[in-house]
Amino acid sequence: MSDKVGIVIVSHSPEVARGTADMVRQMVGTAVPLAHCGGNPDGGLGTDVAKIMTAIEEAWSEAGVALFVDLGGAETNSEMAIEMLPEERQARAVICNAPLVEGAVMGATEAWGGSSLEQVCATAEELSPA
Amino acid sequence: MDSAVTKELIETVARALIEAEAELTALDQAIGDGDHGINMKRGATAVLDQLDGLAEKPAGEAFKATGMQLVMKVGGASGPLYGTLLMTLGKFWPESLDRASLTTALDAAFAAVKARGKSDLGQKTMLDVLAPSIEAVGAGNSLEEIKAVAKAAAEATVPMQAIRGRASFLGERSVGHMDPGARSSQLAIAALCDALEGGS
Repeated sequence: MSDKVGIVIVSHSPEVARGTADMVRQMVGTAVPLAHCGGNPDGGLGTDVAKIMTAIEEAWSEAGVALFVDLGGAETNSEMAIEMLPEERQARAVICNAPLVEGAVMGATEAWGGSSLEQVCATAEELSPA
Repeated sequence: MDSAVTKELIETVARALIEAEAELTALDQAIGDGDHGINMKRGATAVLDQLDGLAEKPAGEAFKATGMQLVMKVGGASGPLYGTLLMTLGKFWPESLDRASLTTALDAAFAAVKARGKSDLGQKTMLDVLAPSIEAVGAGNSLEEIKAVAKAAAEATVPMQAIRGRASFLGERSVGHMDPGARSSQLAIAALCDALEGGS
């Protein structure tokens, strides 16, 4: 298990999620735990609590995971997924208030350097308009 | 509450939402992303698939399990929102049902949805229908009156400007359309009242 913060990408679109993950991989290789998911339970545009939970599991790190989400439902469903994690993990899964692509790439770069979950989110959140 | 009643309530609401797919989609296309109808239909269908298993539980547990189905199957923000509503209602569902204990459970469910959506009254959401409807239940209004309150409340979202959710991107352009979530809430309340009226 990695000591670096994991990155989870959640988009309404499976293609956007995969493409964003590709960009993150190009930046940090396999040094940072990374998982992505997109699409509703039928595979159309939307998000899926079960898939988000699986992605958090895949990217899990003892240092925590930072989630990057695109639009409203992705955020609400990610909050739900976090609440359904085992209690001891809940505080270590955090949704970053940052743009999906830029946030994931910057957050992963910060994670690659061994920063804490808090620092990873703070760096990504600097990208958000005040 | 009798399990036949639980079953009828859940089934009637699910069928009403499935029937409203086209209308909810049209409302959501105007100010959202057009998926509210299909998302609610997906959730309601998943609930109907499990209906017998859900309805044989005690009412509180049945509502919790129904909420969980919505959370897992809807695929949009309305899943966690309606799911949280039902899961909280189930959690607070009283052993002996009377108006006061029902109102307490409904108030708790409302507060949970409000927290989940980080929203408030007057922001063109389902809350704008739920709040006056719950108030009508607490005030002892008849089922017909509660239905009328919910209908008027959904219509009152038309001139509101959206602050939360996808519709908020439209700013002032969200004015002039009924909120899809307010409409689905109203339809659910109407279906509940119809089922209770038929059963009483």
